[in-house]
Amino acid sequence: MISTIAVSTGSLLVLIGLWGALTNRDIIRMIVGFSIFDVGIHIIMISIGYISGGTAPIISSLSEVGASFVDPVPQALVLTAIVIGLGITAFMLTYAVNMYNKKGTLEIDKFEELKW
Amino acid sequence: MVRKAFTLLMLIAVGMMLLGFVMNFTEKTALPEVSSHYIEKGPAELGSANIVTAVVVTYRGLDTLGEVTILFAAAAVVGLLNHLNRNESSIRREGSELLNTASTLLFPLIFLFGAYVFINGHLSPGGGFQGGAIIASGVVLTVLANPNRKIGHRVLSIIESLSGLIYVALGAAGALLIANGFLDNRIIPLGEFGSLFSAGIIPVIYSVIGLKVGSELSSVVITLNGETIEEDAK
Repeated sequence: MISTIAVSTGSLLVLIGLWGALTNRDIIRMIVGFSIFDVGIHIIMISIGYISGGTAPIISSLSEVGASFVDPVPQALVLTAIVIGLGITAFMLTYAVNMYNKKGTLEIDKFEELKW
Repeated sequence: MVRKAFTLLMLIAVGMMLLGFVMNFTEKTALPEVSSHYIEKGPAELGSANIVTAVVVTYRGLDTLGEVTILFAAAAVVGLLNHLNRNESSIRREGSELLNTASTLLFPLIFLFGAYVFINGHLSPGGGFQGGAIIASGVVLTVLANPNRKIGHRVLSIIESLSGLIYVALGAAGALLIANGFLDNRIIPLGEFGSLFSAGIIPVIYSVIGLKVGSELSSVVITLNGETIEEDAK
């Protein structure tokens, strides 16, 4: 039940992020859209690893090992994905800064060099 | 008009894909084989109370090494692009008195909290990446309080390369010395389960990762802030 809600929320965030990245003409807003997209995918990945009735995979004593825990592998993967996403966001922001320094604007329509 | 139609088409396509996934989604009731091995054998094998840390640092340690490398590459490219295209420095408005006082008061505490989070990464939720991000958020606070201050990159780059070197050296020690392979954490005794000095070298590796991530993210923030890296150019 709870993981279905989480999956739906994640899918909704993916759609919102994609919509934001595709319809906005301002580069910073496009980057925000990509970040929301990223967060949606993380939520979906985490909720795929949920086991019914499971708790966080942190063990307080060795005798507790038999208890039910959620899947630790998607959590480790998402930890990686967050860091990579942060690197990519920093990279996009650097490009935005450089584009602003070149043209003095962040409107994507003003950048016509690659248009045909 | 065409653009809007394409946007709509793409949104509908992705929406249909996700809808099919959400409709057929069923909650799992049992762990996959690999994960149940990690949970059942992990604590006894590696001595780490936090299984996610055991997976990140030891079982999939090579992936984490690659991840740290990617973060380093991102920080390096951000620095390079900013260095190539920097323009004349503009004087920016100082932060308010409130922000200035708060940042000098809070920065040591934030740093301490970040260190606490990465040192206890094998016992509680947290670890090197989270602790590093907390430390970098303290740097964001100081940068916001005083955007014109020159912060040298030399100390950050020394910390960053030193911790990267220690990370790889500890991993290689696992392969060359007593333990079973690259990045094995059992090159020192595992210690008592659940205490601070346990889980072999996992706390050491995660502290090193915390320092590395913290200095990399701080240098990204400082670089994005603008022309504060003149120190090495002279």
